[in-house]
Amino acid sequence: MLQGCVQIALTLAILVAIVPFFGRYMAQVFSGQSTRLGAIARPIERVLFAGAGVAAKRPMTGTQYISAVLMSNLVMGAFVFLILMTQERLPFNSTGLSAPSWDLALHTAISFVTNTNQQHYSGETTYTYFSQVGALGFLMFTSAATGIAVAIAFIRGLTGQAIGNFYQDLVLSITRILLPISLVGAIALLIAGVPETLGAPVQATTPEGALQWIARGPVAHFEIIKELGENGGGFFGINSAHPFENPNNFTNLLETVIMMIIPASLIITYGIMAGNPKQGWLIFWMVFGLYAILSAIAAIGEFWGNPLVNNVLGDIQPNLEGKETRFGWALTALWAVSTTGTMCGAVNGMHDSLMAPGGFVTLANLFLQIIWGGQGTGTAYLFVFLVLAVFLTGLMVGRTPEFLGRKIEKREIVLASLILLIHPIAILLPSAITLAFPETLSNISNPGFHGISQVAYEYASAAANNGSGFEGLGDNTLWWNLSTSFSLIAGRYVPIIALILLADGMTRKQSVPETNGTLRTDTVLFTGVTAGVIIILGALTFLPILVLGPVAEAFNLG
Amino acid sequence: MRQPGGPRQQRRHTPKANLSDLYQRAFKEALGKLNPKIMIRNPVMFLVWVGTLITAVLTLNPNIFGVTETSAVFNGLVTLILLFTVLFANFAEAVAEGRGRAQADALRSTQTKTYAQRILADGSMEMVSSADLRRGDRVKVKAGDMIPADGEVLDGVASVDESAITGESAPVLKEPNSDVASSVTGGTRIISDELIIRVTADPGKGFIDRMIALVEGAERSKTPNEIALTVLLAVLTLVFLIVVATLPPPANYINSPVGITLLISLLVALIPTTIGGLLSAIGIAGMDRVAQFNVVATSGRAVEACGDINTLVLDKTGTITLGNRLAEEFIPVNGHSRAEVAAIALAASIFDTTPEGKSIVRLAEGMGATLDFDRQKAEGVEFSARTRMSGTDLPDGGEARKGAVDAIRGFVRSRGGQAPEDLGRAYERVSNLGGTPLAVCKDDDIYGVIYLKDIIKPGIQERFDQLRRMGVRTIMLTGDNRITAAVIAKEAGVDEFIAEATPEDKIQVIQQEQAAGKLVAMTGDGTNDAPALAQANVGLAMNSGTQAAKEAANMVDLDSDPTKLIDLVTIGKQLLITRGALTTFSLANDIAKYFAIIPAMFASAGIGSLNIMGLHSPQSAVLSALIYNALIIPALIPLALRGVKFRPLSANSLLQRNILVYGFGGIIAPFVAIKVIDLGISAF
Repeated sequence: MLQGCVQIALTLAILVAIVPFFGRYMAQVFSGQSTRLGAIARPIERVLFAGAGVAAKRPMTGTQYISAVLMSNLVMGAFVFLILMTQERLPFNSTGLSAPSWDLALHTAISFVTNTNQQHYSGETTYTYFSQVGALGFLMFTSAATGIAVAIAFIRGLTGQAIGNFYQDLVLSITRILLPISLVGAIALLIAGVPETLGAPVQATTPEGALQWIARGPVAHFEIIKELGENGGGFFGINSAHPFENPNNFTNLLETVIMMIIPASLIITYGIMAGNPKQGWLIFWMVFGLYAILSAIAAIGEFWGNPLVNNVLGDIQPNLEGKETRFGWALTALWAVSTTGTMCGAVNGMHDSLMAPGGFVTLANLFLQIIWGGQGTGTAYLFVFLVLAVFLTGLMVGRTPEFLGRKIEKREIVLASLILLIHPIAILLPSAITLAFPETLSNISNPGFHGISQVAYEYASAAANNGSGFEGLGDNTLWWNLSTSFSLIAGRYVPIIALILLADGMTRKQSVPETNGTLRTDTVLFTGVTAGVIIILGALTFLPILVLGPVAEAFNLG
Repeated sequence: MRQPGGPRQQRRHTPKANLSDLYQRAFKEALGKLNPKIMIRNPVMFLVWVGTLITAVLTLNPNIFGVTETSAVFNGLVTLILLFTVLFANFAEAVAEGRGRAQADALRSTQTKTYAQRILADGSMEMVSSADLRRGDRVKVKAGDMIPADGEVLDGVASVDESAITGESAPVLKEPNSDVASSVTGGTRIISDELIIRVTADPGKGFIDRMIALVEGAERSKTPNEIALTVLLAVLTLVFLIVVATLPPPANYINSPVGITLLISLLVALIPTTIGGLLSAIGIAGMDRVAQFNVVATSGRAVEACGDINTLVLDKTGTITLGNRLAEEFIPVNGHSRAEVAAIALAASIFDTTPEGKSIVRLAEGMGATLDFDRQKAEGVEFSARTRMSGTDLPDGGEARKGAVDAIRGFVRSRGGQAPEDLGRAYERVSNLGGTPLAVCKDDDIYGVIYLKDIIKPGIQERFDQLRRMGVRTIMLTGDNRITAAVIAKEAGVDEFIAEATPEDKIQVIQQEQAAGKLVAMTGDGTNDAPALAQANVGLAMNSGTQAAKEAANMVDLDSDPTKLIDLVTIGKQLLITRGALTTFSLANDIAKYFAIIPAMFASAGIGSLNIMGLHSPQSAVLSALIYNALIIPALIPLALRGVKFRPLSANSLLQRNILVYGFGGIIAPFVAIKVIDLGISAF
């Protein structure tokens, strides 16, 4: 118990220590201030911009920005789809893999271009080194950078600046943030024992004399961007539970912290760019508080273990099913909350085996999408909730609601509502269809309440662009590949379009000076109200499915 | 100068509305509003109405959509409750409309169709109905006639009884080419002499018509905030529709199927029916409150904008101080005696009919001064903005003048005289007292200074203090000199003042404030106020003002009381607060309803522990939640009509208060109420 608490506390303390520095660094990068890395990065960026022929300094309008995001993503997705389909004839195919089915390749391409990395396959037996590193690894950088660029554009818009240039922010995100950290992090992982090789799988003989193939590959560099970019697509099927992806407690700590630093720091970046660091910190602590509460619920659930098992044992034993013993209940629970909260989606244990409270928490994270939230987009959603909270509270103090001095009117509410609306559409609708035909569509492994959790989790993971699986589903079917693709696309691009339009509209609004009658948004009271709005709106939307899934499961376990 | 009415409470207001059969009529209308074509305007309640129809069908045949567990009796009860939910919402709207209509009827009774003498191009007259008059027509009215339409006096001097609209019983003098007295309102009665009037409004477009349309809700277009809120409510409704519609497959999957009646019950409980049912009543009641204040607003948008005002630009005279400055003291200079000053002041003011002039005469006579010339042979010199003085040309050729100290100084110099040294001291003394100094002279000799005392309206300081706490800044405009202005500003507690202001300053101040992103409200009555009234975000014109001013403004105060602007700020804020508070309350209610209905719905799924209220049975739980959901609407009608009480607090303290009352209250109240209703039901 004590050891588990210390492990969790240490991880959180490291996160809190890093956030102010990293948040300020990102603010400097995107405000065009010089940083120490600039000297190295600038020549590379210059070559890139010249090569691409992009006039990167020119700020874009909202529609230009949106079409830049959509077009670049479409081209990248199509390119990766082609590589996957032709991987048989491409180099670095040491295991002689053939092309996957078209629907799996399509789902994989969409899943990676949307920064989700939902995997309906096992990497080591489906995709070649070239497909994984050259195609999927490429998208891991660009999709993460897309998210950061959108968040920065959104923050700029909210604070009344021009939203900026997508290509410039995309490149800066890679050259100044993702690439340097990945470089250092990959070396650290390499030292800690993660393999990095192009060599084919190794044949080994087990003590019993049986022949075994041990898969390996260029894992270390793939692993670090998987966590940093909140991608989550494992090189191996069992993801970070695999000893080659996450061999020991050091790599586990590194990977847990690094999956949270960008979304957590972006909140601080917002505070600095908005000229109101206090508000940034208030929001940070609000999210931190929710995160800590959810972590505690999941951890306690695992610690108390399964009552049915405990009854047999006559003792309270932590639930260790689906866990790696080197991490134990505490670190697996913390990872589960972090990975579903941040939309990373990597796993170091099987979520299907979490106790009901863990299932509840991971699902709640996917529904709320803001407990750190997706790369960039999570921070933006956070501000959408802030806008909604401002609207309600603003009316309650008798003024047209305003956020950062800009009025929240019909247009803002329509766009914020769109984000609010698309999530249940992308989750509940396909879940209902799948559960309406459980025999033909669902491939559920555990019937009953747990089966509902499995299905809802899969679509929630897709719609929230998380990518983790509750697992237990036979999900490489035409239905699952195509229906989750719908959730992936709807959950990614509809909100991005709405966010950019929202930010673009705010840019053009005249700012209203602050008076005594202005509702201050950087107070504990307002932040508390925002937390209430987030919880109530989230709870009202997803409570029934949570009740039928993990809640009913918990009550029925005793 | 205005001719403001007495203090507001002494005035008779708009004719009293007849509210006797308000509720019977509202109930009948509530039924009439069940027409789907009307219901569709309110998407939230429309959905409830559709649900009612479906459960009604299920009452007749519970198994029409497949076998369900809910009985016909239960379905019938649900149908009944849902029907009442819809009716209560319709009733709320009908009551608000009814109150407005009653007021409109009272107004309309003042407006009877009359005949008027229209003057044709060749100068001849024709008798036409007032309904046939068009903007630009000229009409002749004489004593006893009803003035047929809003208009501007072109010729003639007459007294008009305007009590029908202002409630002020004293007749008002109307004459052409005057800022205050040249506009007449349709429906008022001319009681002496005759006037030639140019009609300025087409039939049905006059003030009273506008007021009627507004309070009746006929011309009510939704305000920007209301539209944004409607969008949010519609989206929430849509979200809940998705939530409920996708519930059957997972429920079937765990062998705990849910009947349609229960699904509809959950949907109705979740969608924001409370605020959805009361939203339009809140809006109508807001306009009604404005009308009760005797203010005509051209749009609801203008009323809402009042709540957003950052800066009030106020004229000193009539708003901050009582309109009439009174002579308080004569201060002799240049070795003259007080009696000499009084005599000259009397001579210079004998033709001055303004309240100030009269007060000078009174003060001088009180000191024993008399005229030493034949009044008939003397000639009055009127005040003009250019000369800034007035006076009398005496029979002996002497010129007695009084006016702004600078102006008199110039006058004396032009007559070869010189200003005495102690004039400056007298000027400063009066200014430091917050009074207006008027110099008095005869020919080339300045006799002294009249101290005109400005009286600050009682209670105005508190109101500015309240405004400051609400974050509204006040700027006082005055023609007074800097020292006087500073003293009055300090005494009244305005935030800023502009002395020696011209009408052009007004528009400049407004533009400056607007450039900084602020919303500005102002009052005005003169023609030269019109551009500023149009420029301001909220322009409140005085009914006694000119037609140009009234047309430029977006609100007209029938009582011509500029202080009302402050009340309007409160009304605007109250309107928004009521909406926000009830929305929050409505959403917060959902938590308790979930805890009542979800355990009841999935009673077979072993989630009985979620029934934290310990409700008697699944049926009673659902019915209790629905009954609460229906009853809360009529329970909140009085609040919706009256508006949430507004306190002049800072935004943060206001939020804290309202979150506590409507947020936390909204979470807790339904838990208690549903439990109580359930106890009642289970007693049967």
